[in-house]
Amino acid sequence: MELGIRIPRPLGHGPSRFIPEKEILQVGSEDAQMHTLFADSFAALGRLDNITLVMVFHPQYLESFLKTQHYLLQMDGPLPLHYRHYIGIMAAARHQCSYLVNLHVNDFLHVGGDPKWLNGLENAPQKLQNLGELNKVLAHRPWLITKEHIEGLLKAEEHSWSLAELVHAVVLLTHYHSLASFTFGCGISPEIHCDGGHTFRPPSVSNYCFCDITNGNHSVDEMQVNSAGNVSVSDSFFEVEALMEKMRQLQECRDEEEASQEEMASRFEIEKRESMFVFSSDDEEATPARDVSRHFEDTSYGYKDFSRHGMHVPTFRVQDYCWEDHGYSLVNRLYPDVGQLIDEKFHIAYNLTYNTMAMHKDVDTSMLRRAIWNYIHCMFGIRYDDYDYGEINQLLDRSFKVYIKTVVCTPEKVTKRMYDSFWRQFKHSEKVHVNLLLIEARMQAELLYALRAITRYMT
Amino acid sequence: MEKMSRVTTALGGSVLTGRTMHCHLDAPANAISVCRDAAQVVVAGRSIFKIYAIEEEQFVEKLNLRVGRKPSLNLSCADVVWHQMDENLLATAATNGVVVTWNLGRPSRNKQDQLFTEHKRTVNKVCFHPTEAHVLLSGSQDGFMKCFDLRRKDSVSTFSGQSESVRDVQFSIRDYFTFASTFENGNVQLWDIRRPDRCERMFTAHNGPVFCCDWHPEDRGWLATGGRDKMVKVWDMTTHRAKEVHCVQTIASVARVKWRPECRHHLATCSMMVDHNIYVWDVRRPFVPAAMFEEHRDVTTGIAWRHPHDPSFLLSGSKDSTLCQHLFRDASQPVERANPEGLCYGLFGDLAFAAKESLVATESGRKPYTGDRRHPIFFKRKLDPAEPFAGLASSALSVFEMEPGSGSMSWFVDTAERYALAGRPLAELCDHNAKVARELGRNQVAQTWTMLRIIYCSPGLVPATNLNHSVGKGSSCGLPLMNSFNLKDMAPGLGSETRLDRSKGDTRSDTVLLDSSATLITNEDNEETEGSDVPADYLLGDVEGEEDELYLLDPEHAHSEEPEYVLPQEAFPLRHEIVDTPPGPEHLQDKADSPHVSGSEADAASLVPMDSSFSLISVSHALYDSRLPPDFFSALVCDMLRFYAEQGDVQMAVSVLIVLGERVRKDIDEQTQEHWYTSYIDLLQRFCLWNVSNQVVKLSTSRAISCLNQASTTLHVNCSHCKRPMSSRGWICDRCHRCASMCAVCHHVVKGLFVWCQGCSHGGHLQHIMKWLEGSSHCPAGCGHLCEYS
Repeated sequence: MELGIRIPRPLGHGPSRFIPEKEILQVGSEDAQMHTLFADSFAALGRLDNITLVMVFHPQYLESFLKTQHYLLQMDGPLPLHYRHYIGIMAAARHQCSYLVNLHVNDFLHVGGDPKWLNGLENAPQKLQNLGELNKVLAHRPWLITKEHIEGLLKAEEHSWSLAELVHAVVLLTHYHSLASFTFGCGISPEIHCDGGHTFRPPSVSNYCFCDITNGNHSVDEMQVNSAGNVSVSDSFFEVEALMEKMRQLQECRDEEEASQEEMASRFEIEKRESMFVFSSDDEEATPARDVSRHFEDTSYGYKDFSRHGMHVPTFRVQDYCWEDHGYSLVNRLYPDVGQLIDEKFHIAYNLTYNTMAMHKDVDTSMLRRAIWNYIHCMFGIRYDDYDYGEINQLLDRSFKVYIKTVVCTPEKVTKRMYDSFWRQFKHSEKVHVNLLLIEARMQAELLYALRAITRYMT
Repeated sequence: MEKMSRVTTALGGSVLTGRTMHCHLDAPANAISVCRDAAQVVVAGRSIFKIYAIEEEQFVEKLNLRVGRKPSLNLSCADVVWHQMDENLLATAATNGVVVTWNLGRPSRNKQDQLFTEHKRTVNKVCFHPTEAHVLLSGSQDGFMKCFDLRRKDSVSTFSGQSESVRDVQFSIRDYFTFASTFENGNVQLWDIRRPDRCERMFTAHNGPVFCCDWHPEDRGWLATGGRDKMVKVWDMTTHRAKEVHCVQTIASVARVKWRPECRHHLATCSMMVDHNIYVWDVRRPFVPAAMFEEHRDVTTGIAWRHPHDPSFLLSGSKDSTLCQHLFRDASQPVERANPEGLCYGLFGDLAFAAKESLVATESGRKPYTGDRRHPIFFKRKLDPAEPFAGLASSALSVFEMEPGSGSMSWFVDTAERYALAGRPLAELCDHNAKVARELGRNQVAQTWTMLRIIYCSPGLVPATNLNHSVGKGSSCGLPLMNSFNLKDMAPGLGSETRLDRSKGDTRSDTVLLDSSATLITNEDNEETEGSDVPADYLLGDVEGEEDELYLLDPEHAHSEEPEYVLPQEAFPLRHEIVDTPPGPEHLQDKADSPHVSGSEADAASLVPMDSSFSLISVSHALYDSRLPPDFFSALVCDMLRFYAEQGDVQMAVSVLIVLGERVRKDIDEQTQEHWYTSYIDLLQRFCLWNVSNQVVKLSTSRAISCLNQASTTLHVNCSHCKRPMSSRGWICDRCHRCASMCAVCHHVVKGLFVWCQGCSHGGHLQHIMKWLEGSSHCPAGCGHLCEYS
């Protein structure tokens, strides 16, 4: 201060706007495992970002996540380094995620990317521009991806992508789409060195927060009453008990009561249809922050419900094309080792459990986790033949569905209120856990559609 | 034994006939299974469940088991199996976790018999007991295997794999109570059907899911497994620990594996992704499939041998909605297309040669491979004479070594190091290089340089004495008056060069050389005597007719053995020069002299009786001086360069190209130049002549070459702690996560220029170190070393 240097001071409180700072692990108080993770993260990225600080609630997952991300961005791969970061920017910008965009703009410049490209996609090479369409579809309506999209990218004369490059790009796109979901879902605060992450004003003057504006999370929004938000406080105490009771019932009666085949089939359709009404409260289009918007051409293109629009898109059957059998083989063939890393990440995310639910211990949460996972896939039109979609309705209440749907489909619209209003008795770490499930399920869904299109192109 | 007799009757009763054929299904198939009598096949998929009769010429749809208006998930089959004892009994595994049995003997249209809804997740596999009529086994995604008795309504026993999903279950064919199951986590478990509490044995077979397994039909202990890791492994289960006896590496994840009947070592595989073919492997030959069926256009999902004792019919169903019958004799055999021979040079000119053993055996008698300076080493595989394919799988490897000493390329290294390519006037460069070549005993090259100098430099600069000196032996008759001189080239140098360049086929290169030099002579003779263009072959005879006995044998011999060798054209340009030479008496004398000279130097050669030769060249200085511009010669010079390049002396070609620069470049097409440059650079780099190779790259004008210097200019740094390369950033190691280079002065990480003392290896920021050493001469790290900054 004496030297006349303006010292930036952090805005916001801690790495997340949704989770009180004191709930989050303080750097310095971590155990040995977390410490190595932090060191890994710092070494790989040259920073300890807020995403890492929030994810460290689940160190087992974080380790796999960092390993994958590091491999995607820095290790051997078909794409040059600056392309990778630029694709990350493109993907994050689809969800107007200024946090990720800012981070990767820095990285992009650091690995020698051309600053001109940052003025918009039209300044980037034709090859990357071609990827824009895939990015758009993949982010919002992945079920519309066809082999023609793939063909268009692979056969564009001198601007064409190779299959290996395309797979790398697809993995990056899906990774950043879902990471954007996480960023909004957990309300990650901007980094101190990024726009909106710091202020030069003395701390007393203002508690103005840039990111609140970009996310439409200011007080006016708080007043909008979410349709599911008005559960009385007393009810919330029984929420957990009710949920556990339902799980118990389902567990018991599953063997006895046999739903007819037709009913099972229709339950999926019902759930699919219902998922679109879940979203009701806000349709107002938040204008994206300026610096981000230049990266995507078509702001009007957003998520449309799988079941809402007129044309009939056939249901994606997991039994016919699944990650374990098909997707993995394809990715590993074209981009060796990454299939393995992503596979591990999916496994950890899907199987992660501490056998706790809020204040209860020794609970088998597999049913609940499976319901969340399958609900997300259901929103993308992916169906498991062996799943009774009636369970979803039993286990996931409305406010939770609203949150899931918003995080997965339109993450930029997530508000603190949504975050607070579901699972009120649950711990923050459990809500982060939910977010991990959401982003991995979303990533897998997008990957499945993209890889299926590539497979179809190849055959 | 009962089974055996039944089989023989079945085979005896109806001999299987058929052809390669396919039929279109309405929907993609997921699995197929064959009826015991080998006359019917059932195809099951998400929306298909039909029985086809296999007739001689075609498949005929016999029965559609998908009845009822409402599509039910119970009919969405992941697997199907036909009972091998009871031809009316089938079982399917549905994607929604239901196991259904079908009785074809039912009178109604709906053949559905029983429904087991005990599994919570998709059932991946069902399997009937091979001899028991009522026992059915299922394996599901939920990690459980269930054993059903078809006479009861629910499962008899449940086996928990204690892990993720079960991908395959197979009853052992020989052990009544045993079955194997494979898992998504890579494990294989062996169970006793009477003991559902724990498995008998468990081992990890693959990295990643094991999709399939199959017991060997004859060998009690053999189990083949296929996994996502693209491998098929054959395990011997009779020993205490499961032992891997064979391993086949395929190109895609293995979805199904089936032993081929009556062929002990054969198995068929198909893949789940990417690859649509069906392969039949001989497990002892794991790199080349014995047979390959390429009919399908999408992934093959089910394979089955039509009859358990007939190895020639294979049935397959695919996602491309076709059902195929493949005949083994119609299969394509990749072995047939494989190159039976392989050839490779070693670092020091050794030559390794691998070939099918039969080829080597027949030819070794004829060809002089076992000559005195070559030492073939044979590796012979032990063969099993009983096996039909054994002969294919063996090859012999011979290694031919270079004769000690003959591999010396010192002349090349010396030349490369001492040649001057730029930075001086052309005349000086030529003189210098001529001198270098002469000192190394390469007279032809030396002469070439001298000639180039004469052609391209002002003749006034050339002192006649110097020229005469360079001519060497036998040219005392150079007449200053006529301003002409004689060049004579001794071939021994050239001859040995060529031999070294091509470590194989000495006779060949030598004959070529002899031919060319002989041609030179004969041409000269010819010009002088007749002055007409006569084909070289004829001229050889001419020489022969004269006095040169020494030359006779070899060119003749060469021509009889290598009739395809045409005499090199390169000799002719020189002749053109001679055309302009005014005939003088001295030539005759020269001609008489030269054979003796060459004969005296012939000792350098060891292999061929004659590899010394010479060329006699006369150049008229005056003629060029008076009326010919240097351009006149450029075509000749280009031909000369090509001559050298074709001889293998690409060094000369490139050196001349660089030295002459613009003067000749335009006359030789880019591609050829590039080719020469790359060959020369490659050679230089093999001899570790990095500086020279870099100079050549720098001096080249070809874009493709000069950009070699621009590529991979990254300097890779190794971490000072773990000694491994630091890939992402220069100052922090990805592996040990430590900052590699700390500044000894400010103790911060150095991200830019790092300077360090070579004595104590401490260093830091350039600025800091400079400043520090201004004030102190000791190392800033405090190690006590007296550092010096210069």
